[in-house]
Amino acid sequence: MATVADDRAAGVLVPSPFRVGARRQDTADTWTLTLEPLGDGFAVAPGQFVMVYAFGVGEVPISVSGPPEVPGEPVVLTVRDVGAVTHAICSSEPGTVLGLRGPLGNSWPIEAAAGGDVLVIAGGIGLAPLRPVVLHAIGHRESYQNVWLLYGARTPQDLLYRDELGAWQFEVGVDVTVDAADTTWLGRVGVVPKLVGQVDFRPEAVRAFVCGPEVMIHYTVEALHERGVADERIFLSLERDMRCGVGLCGHCQLGPTLICRDGPVYTQAQVARLMEVREL
Amino acid sequence: MRKELDEILEGVAFFEGMSDEEIALIAGCGRNVRFDAGETIFLQGDAADVFYVVRQGSVAVGHFAPPRGELVIETIEAGELLGWSWLFPPYRSHFDARALATVRATQFDGACLRGKCADDPVLGYDLMSRFAQVLIERLQWTRLRLLDVYGDGR
Repeated sequence: MATVADDRAAGVLVPSPFRVGARRQDTADTWTLTLEPLGDGFAVAPGQFVMVYAFGVGEVPISVSGPPEVPGEPVVLTVRDVGAVTHAICSSEPGTVLGLRGPLGNSWPIEAAAGGDVLVIAGGIGLAPLRPVVLHAIGHRESYQNVWLLYGARTPQDLLYRDELGAWQFEVGVDVTVDAADTTWLGRVGVVPKLVGQVDFRPEAVRAFVCGPEVMIHYTVEALHERGVADERIFLSLERDMRCGVGLCGHCQLGPTLICRDGPVYTQAQVARLMEVREL
Repeated sequence: MRKELDEILEGVAFFEGMSDEEIALIAGCGRNVRFDAGETIFLQGDAADVFYVVRQGSVAVGHFAPPRGELVIETIEAGELLGWSWLFPPYRSHFDARALATVRATQFDGACLRGKCADDPVLGYDLMSRFAQVLIERLQWTRLRLLDVYGDGR
């Protein structure tokens, strides 16, 4: 007789089949796929990830950019084509079946930010795991005060969700910056951390959700500190070399924590010391 | 009019903590200016006699690089300083500056300020310290971009 524990184990240890329903190219190397469950599927909380198996090629961890609230709904993933497995995933035509294990990891504590201000700070593909936070804040706009999305990318052509960014700015503050541009770009050129000093929020009432390259995270945290935001109010999504996704193999170990099991979302207070250890 | 400029400068972070006397001295070298969207503020190689405190709008600082055309190096937003080539010889602008949207700014006469700084070393040290802070911050941001952190995945 199958137990709840067995079902849970099957979900996280055995890939469930999902069919590619739609595929959209976001940038030159990044694609967004809508995956429809062929079985029961599963619900995913904002910030959680799944292990995506391209059959015959391999498996990689991918943050969910469009989480299903209830089992059976499609899972939306934004994937950057950077290796053999992600290339196979990005190349998957509608109808292709991929295997998903999950949902894995913890989630952004967006509901704990209710009543206060929200800063969503993303760099590059780091916007993908934060997209659910933005959508949640927009969907529950009355629950939050100042809400800002601060987003940086390499060039204007590398910006994700360009159509959505335009729509989101009617609901929340959206500041976008790029590292380099030509004169056809009329927006900001500069780095994301600089934006932190230029937007209106209450340091004592804000929760900042940050995802991007670790170098960007480092300087963003510094900028948040300069504004007086406490470490307990800064939430980071970290990434290491995840393999099993369930805390068994140890590849994603960061000091005493396994990111796939205990993370990927941590407060700055939890990881500040660990991030300073070069050997980790 | 001069009083209005004093009040404007007191609200700019760069001048925060300066005494009323220092603000008044600096305001004596300033005037308010406006640039329409797309208007050139200065070009690389121009005499660098002035600098600006942007109060509204944004400015693209760029470099003309044939055959690629003009490349935007960074944008300067409201509350930030534009231009530091007036500080040191040969007093020539190193980059182009163009208004991305209507820009309202306070323009300062660099030669006038250099004279006041030479006459009043306390003011000169304070002003140079503030400019050094801006330069360091921009250097750090530039170094961060040199790392090309988005180039190899996150």
